[in-house]
Order: sequence, then C-alpha cells, then structure tokens
Amino acid sequence: MKFERYGIGIARGLSVTIRHLLRRPVTTQYPEQRLNVSRRTRGNELIWDEKKCTGCGTCAKACHIGAIHITTSTNLVDNKYKVEKYEVDTGYCIFCGLCVEACPFEALFLGYDYERAQYRRGDLVQTKEKMMETPEKKVSGYFYPRRAARLPRQSLLVDNDRGHR
Amino acid sequence: MAMQMLPPDWPGNFWAHWAIFAVAVLVFVLLMVIVFIWFERRAMAVMQARLGPNRAGPFGLLQSVADALKILIKEDIIPARSDKLVHWLAPVVAFVPALLIFAVIPFRGGAILADLNIGILYIVAISSVTTVGIFMAGWSSNNKYSTLGAMRQVASVVSYEIPVVLSLVGVILLAGSLSMQQIVAAQDIPFILLQPLGFLLFFTGALAEINRAPFDLTEADSELVAGYMTEYSGMKFGLFFLAEYAEALAISAIVTTIFLGGWRGPLLPDWLWFLVKVFIVFFVIVWIRTTVPRLRIDQLMALAWKFLFPLALLNLLITAIEILVWPAVSLWVFVPINIAIAIVLVVLWSRFFKLGWGKVEV
Amino acid sequence: METTKEIVINTEPFVVNFGPAHPSTHGVFRMRMTLDGEVIVDMEPVFGYLHRGIEKLAEERTYTQVIPLTDRLDYLASMSNNLAYCLAVEKLAGIPVPERADYIRVIIAELQRIASHLCAVGFFLNDCGAFMTPVLYMLRERERILDLFDMVCGQRLTYNYMRVGGVSQDVPDEFIPAVAKFIGEMPGWLDEYERLLKENEILLARAKGVGILPKELAINIGASGPVLRASGVQWDVRKADPYSIYDRFEFDVPVGTAGDCYDRYRVRVEEMRQSLRILRQAIKDLPGGGEVRSEVPHLIRPPVGEAYGHLEGPRGELGFYLVSDGSIAPYRFHVRAPTFINLTALADMMRGWKIADAIIVFGSIDICMGEVDR
Repeated sequence: MKFERYGIGIARGLSVTIRHLLRRPVTTQYPEQRLNVSRRTRGNELIWDEKKCTGCGTCAKACHIGAIHITTSTNLVDNKYKVEKYEVDTGYCIFCGLCVEACPFEALFLGYDYERAQYRRGDLVQTKEKMMETPEKKVSGYFYPRRAARLPRQSLLVDNDRGHR
Repeated sequence: MAMQMLPPDWPGNFWAHWAIFAVAVLVFVLLMVIVFIWFERRAMAVMQARLGPNRAGPFGLLQSVADALKILIKEDIIPARSDKLVHWLAPVVAFVPALLIFAVIPFRGGAILADLNIGILYIVAISSVTTVGIFMAGWSSNNKYSTLGAMRQVASVVSYEIPVVLSLVGVILLAGSLSMQQIVAAQDIPFILLQPLGFLLFFTGALAEINRAPFDLTEADSELVAGYMTEYSGMKFGLFFLAEYAEALAISAIVTTIFLGGWRGPLLPDWLWFLVKVFIVFFVIVWIRTTVPRLRIDQLMALAWKFLFPLALLNLLITAIEILVWPAVSLWVFVPINIAIAIVLVVLWSRFFKLGWGKVEV
Repeated sequence: METTKEIVINTEPFVVNFGPAHPSTHGVFRMRMTLDGEVIVDMEPVFGYLHRGIEKLAEERTYTQVIPLTDRLDYLASMSNNLAYCLAVEKLAGIPVPERADYIRVIIAELQRIASHLCAVGFFLNDCGAFMTPVLYMLRERERILDLFDMVCGQRLTYNYMRVGGVSQDVPDEFIPAVAKFIGEMPGWLDEYERLLKENEILLARAKGVGILPKELAINIGASGPVLRASGVQWDVRKADPYSIYDRFEFDVPVGTAGDCYDRYRVRVEEMRQSLRILRQAIKDLPGGGEVRSEVPHLIRPPVGEAYGHLEGPRGELGFYLVSDGSIAPYRFHVRAPTFINLTALADMMRGWKIADAIIVFGSIDICMGEVDR
C-alpha cells in the first residue's frame, strides 16, 4: 500500500477541522435554552375530552398493547355510556398515536409536554383527572391541523445559522 | 563543584536554590498539566462543533480538579495473583521521568534548574525510562491482553527512538553544544526554519513516543480491553493519566526550546513567550488528534523503520555537508534550500514506501 | 491484493471472545475469534441478544397495528421499514395509492436513506480511529433531517408514519421549503466531509484492500445494498424491479470495483449525492392537492394468499413476506433482513487480517442489530 499523495490528504483534513474554530457550536444549553418542539410532537401524555367521549372503546381496541383501560356503565338519561374509569398506562404506551387516529369523535389527543419523568412507576398511570386539558397541559397538533396551527413554530436546525460557514 | 552551577547573583547556598526551584518547577508542571487537560477538552470540542465542559466552575476550569478528586476517592483494586511490588511501583516509574525532564528546560533567560552541559543527552536517556514503567504495568497485571498491549508499546517506542535522536543530532550540529541554554542562545534564526525535515521527523517520532493520535493504538478501544492500564483503578490510574499529559507537556516544551527558539522573541517578556509557544505546540498536537485516524501496529513499525529512519539519516548527512561548506554570508541562505530539500525528499520517498503488510496467508 | 507468507514460529491459536457488550461495535454482537498471535484464523458470529419475537408478535395484531412494530426492526431507517411493509400489504390486498402519497413516500424514503448513510459513514470513520470528529459532524447533519421528520409526524426515531394505502397525514406547509433549504446546503457539507477524510493517507492505508468481498461470493450469499454494489455488481431494486414511482426519476447507481472497505464507504457517500438528486426532482414534481390516504376499512381483511414486498433500504434489500388467511391479522409475517444475510460473509472477509482490521470490516458492513435479531 503506497503512501499516496505525500501527506496532502492529511493537510486538507486539518484545514477542515481548524475552520470549525471560527463557527459557533450547535449545542443548545438545556435547561437554560430550550428549543421549540414540533407542532405535531407526540408528547409523553394523553389528553382526553370528557364531553365528546362516548365510551365506544375504539381507542382501546386500536392500541396494539392494550395500554388503555375503559370501564363504562349505562346512562339512560343522556343516551350514551357513562365513562367510570378511563386510564392510560403511560409506562406501557409507546406513543404511536394509533388511538388518536382511531377516535371517531375527536375526543383523544396526544400531549405537547415531554418533561414528565416520575419517581415511581405507579405514578406513570394517567387516570381520568390527570388527563384533562388545562392551559398548562397543551394539546399537540398530531393528526389535528387546526390545533397545530395555534402552537408556536418549531425551531429547525436548517433555519438557524449555527454551525454554518 | 556544586557552587559552579549557581547563577552568580544568588545569595545563600546550593541546597536552598535546589529546594526552592525544584518545588517551583514541580508546581508549575502539575498546574500546567491540569490546564492542559482543560485546554484539550475545550479545543477538541470546539473543533467538533460542540462545547466542552463548561459547568464546573467558570468556563469549566474546575472540571479537571473535579476529575482528580473523583479519582482520588476511588477504591484501589489489586488483582489477586499479580506481582504486588511491581504493580505498585509501575505508575511511579512511569510518571517520575516525565517530571525529571523539566530540570533542563530553560523557562526564561537564565532561569533553568540545572544547567547541564549534556542537556539533550539527559532528556533522551530519561524519557526512555517511562517505557520500563509501562512494561512493568503490563507484566504485573497477570493479564494476557495487558502484556500484549505493553509489548506493543515497548516495540513502538524502541522503533521511534532512533529517528528522534537522529533528528536531534542535526540541531546539535547547528548549535554546537548539547546544553539546552546554548541551543536557545544559538537560535538567531529558529531551527524550525533551518531544519524543517528534522522538525517533522522529531514531531512525528515524539507523538509516537507519548502514545497520542495517530499512534494511540495501545490505549484505544479497538484493542481487546484497555491495554496495560486495565487492572489499575483509583490514583494509580490517575498517575498514568497524568503521566500522559505530563509527557505531552514535556514534548511541547522540548520542541519549543529546540526548534522554536525557547523564550526568545520581541516585545513580550520572555516567560510569556515560552508559555505562548508551548500552548501553540500543544494545540497542534490536539488538532492532529481531532482529525487523523489511527495506524495499525504493523503500519506504525513500518513507518518508523522504512520511512522515518532513512529520512533521518539523509537529514543528518545533508546537515553535516552544510556545516562543512559554511558560507561566509548569513545562515538565511540555508532556509529556502533546506525547505526545498525537505519537500523533495518527502515526495520522493513516499513513492517507494509501502505502509505495512497486507493479508497474511492462514 | 498480495499476500505474504507467515514466518514459521511454533504458535498455538487461542479463542477470544469479542463479547456482546464492547465499546467499538454497533449493537450487541458477539464474535468468537480464533487468533494466532494477532492474525485472525477464524471467526464465528453469535447473535440473538436482541431477539424480541417480532415475527410472532405480528401474528396477534391487525395489519395497521403491526406498523409500530416494524419501526423497531431497523431503528436507524424506520421509514423504510414502514414503507416496505405497507408495500407488501398493498400488494396482498390490491389497494391503490394516491399520487401525492407516492411522491411524499419517495421524498421521505430518500431523506431517510441520507440520514441512515450519515450514521453509517460516521461510525465507520470512528472505528478507523478518527476520535469522534466525523461522527459529530455527520450527526449534526442527521439532526437536520430528524427535525424535518419531527415536523411531519412528531417523532424522531420510530415514526409510524406510513399507512396501508398512503401515509398517515399530509405534510405541513413549511415542510417543502425546509426540505428545499436542506437540499441546497447538503452538497456543501458533503464536500466538506470528503475534504476531511476521503484522501487521508492513513485512512487509505487502513481501509483500502482490507476485507475484500469477491464478486462471486457476494452474489452467492445473496448480499444486497452497498455491500453488493461495492463488489462490482450493478443491482439496485429501485432500477431492477421499480416500486412506487421510482421509474419516473433519473438517478445513477454508484458501483465500486474492489469490494474493500474503502469502496463501501465511497459507495455510501455517492449514494447520498444521488438521493439529493432524486429529492430535487421529487420536490419539483409534487402534485399540489389531493388526498394522501386511500379509503381503506378500519380492519383490513386481505384475500387468502401470500405476497412479498421489497424495497431498496439503506442497508440492502428489505423485504416482507406476508401470508394471509382472510382474517384481520397476518397468518405469517417474515422479514428478509438485509444485514442478517450480509453478515454471513464476515468470516471470509476477516480471515488473514488483524484484530484492528476486524473492527473496520465490521463497521463497513453497517450492521443494525434490530433487524438481525428481530
């Protein structure tokens, strides 16, 4: 194997590395600086709209590992099921979004938040009360473009000039 | 006899001089090693488009201190069937020679711990003792792969000693003396311009001796385990780690003194010039580590014996011829001649050079 | 490549275990090497440490529920897995795909190819020893692509984006301008990577002529993808058996000559450039409106039969073999994993080389253990 090119290849490589000294690094210093996540992000929680839900159970059938548990009872007054228990085991869920796509009444959404670590595995189970939408608990725009339009724009790496020449 | 070593304006006796300056040099070396570790991590990070350590202390300056504290409080594990005395002595034998080199480095005009008139010979002799320490470490660990790694290290250091020493002889011929003070004093033109080929050979050989990229295969993770340092934990491992950076500092200081003119330079005070030059040389070492891939062991040996060694002999021959026909005009005439000769030789030799074996028939 | 005769000293080969968890290979892969000094005499791969039973799990899920499972096969190129599976089901059930969905699929698949090759090339150069610099540069470009995928479907690694009969949702308005911006910058970045390491003498010495896969052996074991093309065989599923709308695009297929590690690296870099070419054409021709998913029932019941749908994934020919018995779940689901079949040549490629070369050969095949073990 001949020592081709007499060392010029190494010199060209060195010129590439040294040029990076003049650029800003691409690192974002979390948690002081945060980037905006995508509008359609599949965050680490599910959000449920109690008024629209009829208890049909399509979401539970669409989930491929059975992370959603629904218990209903009859409600002759409003002519729809009364949902007693609606529970999602977030530790089991893989956030694929099949349940969100399956719901015929637009009553289930994926969350926008990703900082949801808990200390115990039992705390990861979301019961009915933890799944309501609040101003802090935003809804992600996955599968619902009207909701996505209200969220802030995603910060893209192709947009900012960090790391550019 | 001992009194002759003292500078003429020093009050007090020899042992006071030795004690104070020995401590000063030790403190300087250990501080600079800590700063070098920080500098390498930050410089390498910026060249890789990321930030280095910047959380521990302002600009991450206390990161090395935090690492050193962590290593100090770790448990010291000794393998059961190892050779206990050798195992304990090996880090010491590997670390101390790197410190001893600084006895003959001139930090500023007139400030040198021991002005030996055989300075370079002393450096070459002392720097080989580190290898004994590494071999002791590999042998005493009672581990097949550590022994393999240590033997590779010994083979590569022995191979690269010869081009290193031969390229130093060229400098000695030009300066006319082995003493480091005399070499700095003789550099009206920095020897990097007068001996470009010698500088390249010395730099490459020195990188191989201190086990840095692209010659760091004994401590890279493509080796089966971590080589000779596998069975070491706690402060003994810390000593090996410090020894690597102390050697890098030593090589930077030697290159500065011998090729770049030491503490000489206009405008700034001389100790500042010394520091600046040492940092520049170390930056080049880090720059090379960031960019260049690693060589295999047989390619490493082939590079030493078939490429660097003949070029070192030719460099010595040409320098000797130039000294014989010393011109009455200044030495600046030799600068373009030597640079041209260096380029021609490197290009020519690369055509005939084969880097290592290929596939072996099994 | 010339060979040298070994000097005859009485040595005894010993077996060394390159265990499942080691720092310089990708995934949990175990190699039992018989070494003679430093030369490899024989090598036996042992895998199965990441086996999760995906083929069995798929038999208990409906056809749409299998799609998140396929994400986790080759997790570095998930969109290709999704697409191959959807092609297989559409072939089985005879479901047409709208045109806008076809164009979106091609755009996403080519972006995924670039992302996967960036990862492969970066880690190959890292195995050669260039500390972490190529990896970090390439991961920076991969981040740009992952941001685009995040914009489309909300995830960065396991997308679950393709559906039987199209894609799951339409791309947002800011997607196509962002892709155009990416395509404009990417050739400059590729040029910079080539300047960094393409002609580096040490890389040439480490990777050229090392780990040669001869042409006949490559065809005999059924290799595919860059491994096959670097050995000199011109075979790309996109040209040989065009699926989706690939016959409408103009692109070349790079072919190597020597079949060594260096050629595999060059083939992957050239493929990235050709993918950029396809992307430019696809963005220009993307139809304006229209639906992106044809009308499929909620539970698909294909007729009884079998189908094999394949595509050119970044690692080779990825195929899904489905057998249906008329119910809502597949009766048999088999994955033709390209890396699994490429691996069978490893022992022949490594014999006679040294330990340091074994890592390089292994890195150049570009293994993803998710699809080897399933």
